Amino acid sequence: MIQGVQIDMLSSDRLSRMTSMEKIRLILDDVRQGYIVVLEKGLTPEEQGKLLETTMMEISPGGFSGIEIETYPSSGGSEGGLFSKLFGGGKTPAGRLMVIGPVDQLKMLTREKDRLIAWASAAQ
Amino acid sequence: MAVMTRIRGFFSKLFGKKRSRVGIYGPPNAGKTTLANRIVRDVTGEAIGPVSEVPHETRRARRKEGVEINSGGSKLLIDIVDTPGVTTKIDYHEFLEYGMDQDEAVARAREATEGVAEAMHWLREDIDGVIYVLDSTQDPFMHVNIMMVGIIESRKLPVIIVANKIDLPDAAPQRIKSAFPQHPVVMVSGLEGNNMDDLYAKISEVFR
Repeated sequence: MIQGVQIDMLSSDRLSRMTSMEKIRLILDDVRQGYIVVLEKGLTPEEQGKLLETTMMEISPGGFSGIEIETYPSSGGSEGGLFSKLFGGGKTPAGRLMVIGPVDQLKMLTREKDRLIAWASAAQ
Repeated sequence: MAVMTRIRGFFSKLFGKKRSRVGIYGPPNAGKTTLANRIVRDVTGEAIGPVSEVPHETRRARRKEGVEINSGGSKLLIDIVDTPGVTTKIDYHEFLEYGMDQDEAVARAREATEGVAEAMHWLREDIDGVIYVLDSTQDPFMHVNIMMVGIIESRKLPVIIVANKIDLPDAAPQRIKSAFPQHPVVMVSGLEGNNMDDLYAKISEVFR
């Protein structure tokens, strides 16, 4: 069998049919199994807040240590914001691709306007 | 709309305006408690909580009620809520590097996770405004900062970004200012007390 990391890529269609809690449960169940989750359409700020809270409740010393989460800026969304200055796009990152993985297996190396570079390792 | 504003003003005067709860948020080790202590000490002479170089020293939200901010001849009464540092990961091994034994580190990690969840609960339920504190020597573009500012914006809470630790030689507070052009940014040293008058003026303006 090939050794490596399983990547679960979820389409925006599938995500749009799920409730916030279903998305969070799916993400955390995957991440806790050592998978990398790629969302075609990222979570809303409220969903990210819930993901953070739920993650904290599931961290256990010596076991699950938390998540790495990253996204890149959107070509849509509201005016202004952090990314408008950083990337000159004048838009916030709502709704764009999002990558989430176990913190001890996923490390973001570079985040650019239109490119994320990450390094992933298999579960120990 | 003007009628509603007048009605609200009338009732505010009649029953007294609700005191705003201002949450001090930010990633671990940004100097949140040092800043909270500075603000509260300047007003009351007391501290709000202990500080440490070990991350997650603050693992419970602490509230100081009735802090009177005086600036430019005006007064504003607020509650200051110092919150645990927000992060997406907590590994007890990190604490071992500061000389803790395993049991102590594990206990600290458990409390820290509860603290982050508690901070998020306060933000969702009980906070009227946010002072978001960043360490000027660190990269402001970490996802946790983007996420937290996004959450604060989505809840339409007034926010001041504080570029803290400007007394350190490698501080680059301008990076923070350019990262958050949509929000007021105040550059301070909570430890040394630099530019605190600028912060008080901004608090009086933003949280009034």
